[in-house]
Parts: sequence; C-alpha cells; structure tokens
Amino acid sequence: MNYNGGLLKTQLAVTNLVEINNLHFAYGERPILSDLSMKFPRNKVVAVMGGSGSGKTTILRLIGGLIAPSAGQVLLMDEAIGKPDSAVLYRQRRCMGMLFQHGALFTDLTVFENVAFPLREHTTLPESLLHDLVLLKLNAVGLRNAANLKPSEISGGMARRVALARAIALDPQLIMYDEPFAGLDPISMGVTANLIRQLNDALGLTSILVSHDVHESFAIADYVYFLSEGSIVAQGTPAQMLASEHPYVQQFVQAKPDGPVPFHYPGISLAQDLGLEARHD
Amino acid sequence: MINQWVSHLGRAVRVWLSELGLASRTLFAMLISGLGLWRRPRLITTQIHFIGNYSLVIILVSGLFVGFVLAYQGYYTLNRYGSESALGLLVALSLARELGPVITALLFAGRAGTSLTAEIGLMKAGEQLAAMEMMAVNPLQRVLAPRFIAGLIAMPILATLFTAMGILGGYLVGVQLIGVDEGSFWSQMQGGVDLYEDIGNGVIKSVVFGFAATFIAIYQGYQAQPTPEGVSRATTRTVVLSSLMVLWLDFVLTALMFQ
Repeated sequence: MNYNGGLLKTQLAVTNLVEINNLHFAYGERPILSDLSMKFPRNKVVAVMGGSGSGKTTILRLIGGLIAPSAGQVLLMDEAIGKPDSAVLYRQRRCMGMLFQHGALFTDLTVFENVAFPLREHTTLPESLLHDLVLLKLNAVGLRNAANLKPSEISGGMARRVALARAIALDPQLIMYDEPFAGLDPISMGVTANLIRQLNDALGLTSILVSHDVHESFAIADYVYFLSEGSIVAQGTPAQMLASEHPYVQQFVQAKPDGPVPFHYPGISLAQDLGLEARHD
Repeated sequence: MINQWVSHLGRAVRVWLSELGLASRTLFAMLISGLGLWRRPRLITTQIHFIGNYSLVIILVSGLFVGFVLAYQGYYTLNRYGSESALGLLVALSLARELGPVITALLFAGRAGTSLTAEIGLMKAGEQLAAMEMMAVNPLQRVLAPRFIAGLIAMPILATLFTAMGILGGYLVGVQLIGVDEGSFWSQMQGGVDLYEDIGNGVIKSVVFGFAATFIAIYQGYQAQPTPEGVSRATTRTVVLSSLMVLWLDFVLTALMFQ
C-alpha cells in the first residue's frame, strides 16, 4: 500500500468530514460565536439555521479558512484547518467548494469560462477535454445552453446554478452553501433545493447548508442545527425540529414576529423615549 | 490639552505605521507570488493591453497639447534672448527629463489607477476574491501581481509615447506655425539631448512612478471596504495618494539625479 492510498483510506474512514470543537470567534471585542461544537457527517446534508446575525455565515468562513477562530478548532478530515495563506489551507480548499450568497461569478467571464476557471487554474487538461467537462457540469445544473452568456445576461437563480457548477468543477468532497435560496422565486428555489440534494447523493458529497428558509431546508436536510447569538440552541432531524417545543425553534419555524427574538431592538421603552414615563437609569 | 495632542499624535503615528506595515507585507507577498507568473505570461499581456492600450488616447492627446504649449511658452522666453533656434532642445529636455514621466504618471493615476482600484474593489465587494480563495487560487498572484507587473511595463512605454507626441506638438507649433528654422530645431535637439543622462533618467523616473502609482491603485482596491461607498473612497484615495507620491518622488529623484 502506498502512502497516498493509505492516506485516502484513513480519510475515508473518518465518519465526520468536518468537526468544530469548542469554537470561539469574535470581531474585535464583539463575540460572534461562543463555545460552538458541531459535526458534519460524510454524505449528509446538514442545515445550519438561525436569524440574521446569528453567526451562520461566519461558520462557513471559518471552515473555509477565510477567517481564523479566536479559540477552539475546525477539523477537516481530522486535520486542523490551516492558517491563512498557508500551503496546508490551499491544499484543504481543493477538497471544498463554496456557493456564495449571490454566486460571486466573475463578471468579465462567460458562464463557460466561470466554470472552466478552477479547472484551468488547477489542471493541465487538454482544451477539448476541459470543454466537455465544463459542458457536463453545466448540464448537471441545466444550463449547458447558457454557456456563452455573461453573468449580467442571466437571472439570479441561474447565476447561483452556474456558481454551483463551478463549485463542483473540481469534484470536491465538501460543498458549502451560503443562503442559496435568498431572493429566489419559488420555482428557482425548488430547482436549487433539488440540485443540492441530488448532487450530494449522486457525487457522494457532504453539504453544509446555511439558510433561514425553513421549508426548503427541512425538505432536503438530514440534520439541522439552530443557532442563536453564536450558540446552538437546538439540533436534530427536520422532523424533530418540527415537533420541538423549544421557544426559539417554534418562533423560527412558525415565523412568529415576537418571541425569544424580540420584534423591537433592545433598549428603553417607547413611553420612556417619548418622555411619558420616568426613566429608570 | 498637551496630553491630548500627544495622545492624538501617537495614535496617528501608530495607525500610519500599521498601515505602512500592512502595505509592505502585501507588496512583499505579491512580489513573491508574482514570481510564479513566468509560466503564465498571458495574464500579464492581457493586463498590459487593458492598462496600456486604454490609456493610450489620453496620453497621446495630452502629450500633443503639452508640446503645443511648451513651444509657445518656450519661444516667448527664448525669443527675448535671440535663442529661438534652441526651441527643439528646450521642448525635448523638458519632456524627456520632467514633463513626460510626471504628467504621464498623473494621467495614469487618473485613468488606469482609478480603473484598477474600482475593478479590484468591486471584485472584493462582489465576493469574487473570496470565491477565488475558496477555489484555492491566490488573488495576490492571480489578480494583483499581473496588474502590478503590467503597470510597471506600461508606464515607461506610455511616458515615451507622451514625450514623442510632445516633441511632435512642439515641432508643429514651433516650426510650422511660428516659423522657427526646422534644421536648427532638430539639430539642436539631436546635439543637446543625452541618451543616458536625459532619456535614461526619464525612463528611470517613469519606472519608479509606475511602481508607486500601480501599487497604490491595486492596494487601495484590495483594502477597500466592500461597499459602494468604500470603493468610491478607495478610488478617490488612489488619485490623491498617487498624485502626491508621484510629485514627491519626482522631487527626490530629480535631486538625486542632479548630484
């Protein structure tokens, strides 16, 4: 058995592709995530849900090594995520794909060239093979015939599908989705949700889905984490979450305007603000 | 009161030093990563086309007009001393030693520099740089370094073209319009302009200005706040900082070259 074969077998034997242990993260003095531990098993779609500002996207950025934790660790296949700009991190990123909220397509390149970009950067494939490979990736997201269009000529939903084709171009093991349903019409949302599930199963990926869209996320996720103010408040299968009596989960799932997440920004009352009531300092 | 002043001054110096440190680190990392570009010259030639070719019209037209004005002003002064035959020499020396590199760099900062800052800033705002990093592609190597090298190459070429157009402009006004003798116009220029001392120093200046103006432009874009306002501020800073830096460097280089 050669070294690479042994390494591959060891990596495949790891049940959780990504693990987060006792993670803390802060922007300056402002804490974003505190004592967070999560597991992302292989070949599963795991949804990370929570309100705006709960720290969901920060988790993806930490896994991708775009930012470094203040304390704790993020493990990819049992190996700590490398430091920014390190060779280890760039090697690890070749196992990852990430779909950004608005696609983050290169606006000066065509759809075809966007998908071809990672292949051109990391492989020396002959042009004919690269051409076929890109068309197959685009076919998988239903946009083969849009190959020659520019990102400005396609809709938001299509842009996200192109970004998805680009994210899977190098056949990653992990794919992270940052709000893939935000701003999409119901048809595009359904198409995107189906694609996430189908690609996960067909390509044997592990998917981390950051979203606040309950219906679509619950339909495709195997496991769900609920996040509030940088901590996990509930976790389980979508069915368990639907049945949960946790007030935060209930407010979120049933879209109640008030609850543990207050409608009003915390501060003094309206009566106090209008001078109708004595201030209590 | 004095304590407050000292405190403000200390803070300003600390911020300035930290900014300088970050810029130096970015420059160093970009230069190191840029070494790998020798295998992909196409990335650099594309940027030379973008930076150089798109600045060509403004550089050529400006050079022509500066030559027109130099000839008028030069003739006005030289004519007082009966030395109008030296007009060609005056135009050529002014352009090759000073005006060519400086005005080209100022125009470059306004045309190509702002374009570079806005392009990189918008790539950052649109998460394109983050997406590139997530694809295990280093933006310093893929985006910044080719633009920087292209700026270094394009600036001396543009400055040379500016100078050539300026001389042409000086000829049109001085010889064709005012009537200075054509033979003395060209022969005085040929005899008085030194290849190394005058043209060489001008080229050195334009390479230094290219280094400063291009790095300021791409650094401002790379460090821009990823918002429309942030990109707009970065673009303004590019013009202001590049212009001041070019004029300051011109003073330093001229002083050194005169010694």
